[in-house]
Amino acid sequence: MRQTVKLTECMKGCRATIVKLHAQGPLKQRLVSFGVMKGARVELMGFAPVKSTVEIKVGRMRLALRKEEAELIEVNADAQ
Amino acid sequence: MPNSAPVCPVTEKHIRIALVGQPNVGKSMLTNAISDARLHVGNFSGVTVEKSEVFFDYKDYHFTIVDLPGTYAFTDYSIEERVTHDFLCNEAYDLMINVVDSTNLEKNLQLTAELMTMNKKMVLALNMSDEADREGIVIDYEYLSKLLGVAAVRVSAAAKLGIGSLIESVIAVHEAPYQEPKLVFSEAVEEEIGLIASYLDEHRFSAVISNRNIAINLLQNEKKTYRTLHDLPLWTELQPLLIEADRHIEMHHDTDDVKEVFAEEYAAFIRGVITETVRYTEQPVEKKSPTERVDDLLIHPVLGIPIFLFLMWGLFQLTFEIGNIPMEWIDAFFGWFGGTVGATIPNADIRSLVVDGVIAGVGAVVLFTPNIIILFIGIALLESTGYMSRVAFLLDGFFHKFGLHGQSFIPLVTGFGCSIPAYMSARILKNDSDRLLTLFIIGFMSCGARLPVYVLFTGAFFAPSVAGNVLFAIYIAGALIGLIAAKVLKMTAFHGQDEPFVMEMPKYRLPSVKLIWHTVLTKTLMYLKKAGTFIAGASMLVWFLSSYPHSHEIEAAYGAKIEQAADERAAAHLTVEADAAQLEQSYLGRIGKAIEPFFTPIGLDWKMAIALQTGLAAKEVVVSTLGVLYAVGEGVTETDKTLISAIRTHIPFASAVAFIVVIMLYLPCLAASVVFTREAGGIRYFIYLFLFTTATAYALAFLAYHLTLMVTGAPALLPH
Ligand SMILES: Nc1nc2c(ncn2[C@@H]2O[C@H](COP(=O)(O)OP(=O)(O)OP(=O)(O)O)[C@@H](O)[C@H]2O)c(=O)[nH]1
Ligand SMILES: [Mg+2]
Repeated sequence: MRQTVKLTECMKGCRATIVKLHAQGPLKQRLVSFGVMKGARVELMGFAPVKSTVEIKVGRMRLALRKEEAELIEVNADAQ
Repeated sequence: MPNSAPVCPVTEKHIRIALVGQPNVGKSMLTNAISDARLHVGNFSGVTVEKSEVFFDYKDYHFTIVDLPGTYAFTDYSIEERVTHDFLCNEAYDLMINVVDSTNLEKNLQLTAELMTMNKKMVLALNMSDEADREGIVIDYEYLSKLLGVAAVRVSAAAKLGIGSLIESVIAVHEAPYQEPKLVFSEAVEEEIGLIASYLDEHRFSAVISNRNIAINLLQNEKKTYRTLHDLPLWTELQPLLIEADRHIEMHHDTDDVKEVFAEEYAAFIRGVITETVRYTEQPVEKKSPTERVDDLLIHPVLGIPIFLFLMWGLFQLTFEIGNIPMEWIDAFFGWFGGTVGATIPNADIRSLVVDGVIAGVGAVVLFTPNIIILFIGIALLESTGYMSRVAFLLDGFFHKFGLHGQSFIPLVTGFGCSIPAYMSARILKNDSDRLLTLFIIGFMSCGARLPVYVLFTGAFFAPSVAGNVLFAIYIAGALIGLIAAKVLKMTAFHGQDEPFVMEMPKYRLPSVKLIWHTVLTKTLMYLKKAGTFIAGASMLVWFLSSYPHSHEIEAAYGAKIEQAADERAAAHLTVEADAAQLEQSYLGRIGKAIEPFFTPIGLDWKMAIALQTGLAAKEVVVSTLGVLYAVGEGVTETDKTLISAIRTHIPFASAVAFIVVIMLYLPCLAASVVFTREAGGIRYFIYLFLFTTATAYALAFLAYHLTLMVTGAPALLPH
């Protein structure tokens, strides 16, 4: 088993599988309703200026998240 | 037996449809395609924030379609979600059309699964089939229908395909008895559902809904079902059963959150359905999609923001350059029109009312239609291409520093068109303090109706080559002041927690010319209609107040002087003076003189002060008032009669700067203020807004006035 990491620790372009969401309450439900949930595949598309915001791709949808929220997503990154 | 049997000669058949779906799947566009309505369409999440009803007839049915705000899941956090949630739960409708984006079924069907437990008749409209074709997505509609137990129809709102079969299938579903959709859960959950359902069966419990569905709703903690069963005798035995079931399920899913459990269950179910029914002829392998390639440039971490600023600069440049080409013709037209109409009116007072009042006022507003059209086109492009969400993404980090939310960008940009939809659009912000903060600074984003004032003044004081830049600077300045104001408000009035930023970025879409044309046309017609009605009325009022009472003493005194004048030039000069004296003692002149002392420190004379006040009714009236005041004041001797040159000769530069600053910052118009008060939730917010904007406008205008005086070395305006 490889170690799991925070989504923000991945490099641009990395693909991964979500292992766990550490968000709570409404934020968790919002993420889940976007399809960001355990077992979903994500790809890190890139960062906004000053790296405060990230763009990810879940399924066929692109999603913008703040860094603080992306940190709550624990993933298992694919081997490069 | 007379009067006993109810007589119903014509049975009219009504079908009331609720249009439900995730944001940006084309619900509003589909409504437009079905019924020729003109609902607002745009390529970002949260275009529709209020339900709207549309009516049409087909065969012998009357249809009502209720277009609802999009919602990702069946929740009620933000206002727009609440609108949908409350409608679906509490209002009467016969059937839902669940609109989904065929190119993203995995995400869209998640909501569908939730809706499937609601015991409502449902038709699935698989929209954007044109895009699905282009992306090589092949869907087996019949099999999908069969697997879900829901009628599924292939449509494209943009290409107007499948609209007929959608309506036919709505009628068929409406006429047939309700059929429960087929949801299949994992073994663990199915087992618990089975246990609870059979318990209900054993106790001969029966409702309109099947016991299986009741069991599902109970496990999901659905409030209404819970409440109903809670009061029944069988609850005492049912409750421990439920607790046990919850425990099993949570253990199985390794989480204590039922919502998450069910989301995972639905996702698994949907994945199964999609594997069976959807084929991808083009594998989305390593190849980049067109959207990704455009994004490489437009949301580039370094180039992104400069590109955005450049595009905005270009827009204002165009607004000025192209917008001003037809201006001369329009101006000439109204000049000619006023003259021609005036010649047919024998009575001098009525002639003045029509020519100096209505035609000058309306003409001053219509003059700027070309500029407004270009601005509207720009906003429509921003809204409909998908660029809007990108800019929100780019600016979020920056906005966050000022206490704003990245998604505030959407209402703020809408505010450049008109503040009213902008106030409504702030509903997309989930957090109330974010929303209020945004509401407070929307007014600092100069709306389309203020554009004429800016164009007029920049045109009067700057060479055409730089006027576009000045216009851009005015807008940027307004936006920056808005940001600073947000920071101040955030630190003082609206602390509150930071709301997470989670936003979908739609794919880029090339808007059809027709769509842009419709959007721009609708807004432009509204602008012109307002000019012809409201502005015309206001101009008459301003004309009346500035023409009466007529002083015979002044007339007599100047009449004598003019007769004794040495030459024609002197006589003309005296006539102008006489008109000015008349104007000063008119009703409006007296009011203006009374309030002038308050405006002298910021360099405004009474005419400008009056124009500002009339702007509270509607910003367009500022120009029309200036138009009337200068038309009335000038009499007929002025050789160059355009408003621009009148402004240039009569208003000192520093005063013009202060005037622009006030226009940029002071209270929005009456209609917008009403909407603001409603959206903010009370009159006290309006009072805050009034105090806040007035103080900001006055202080900054004072600063701007004196700074400009210092720089230009001109003398300050002195109290009379
Ligand atoms: N290619 C294509 N584009 C479509 C179709 N239907 C809608 N669109 C585009 O999708 C975008 C969203 O359309 P809207 O009608 O505003 O979506 P909505 O579901 O009402 O969105 P909200 O009001 O935000 O919930 C717009 O850019 C439309 O032009 C379609 O059938 N094909
Ligand atoms: Mg809509």
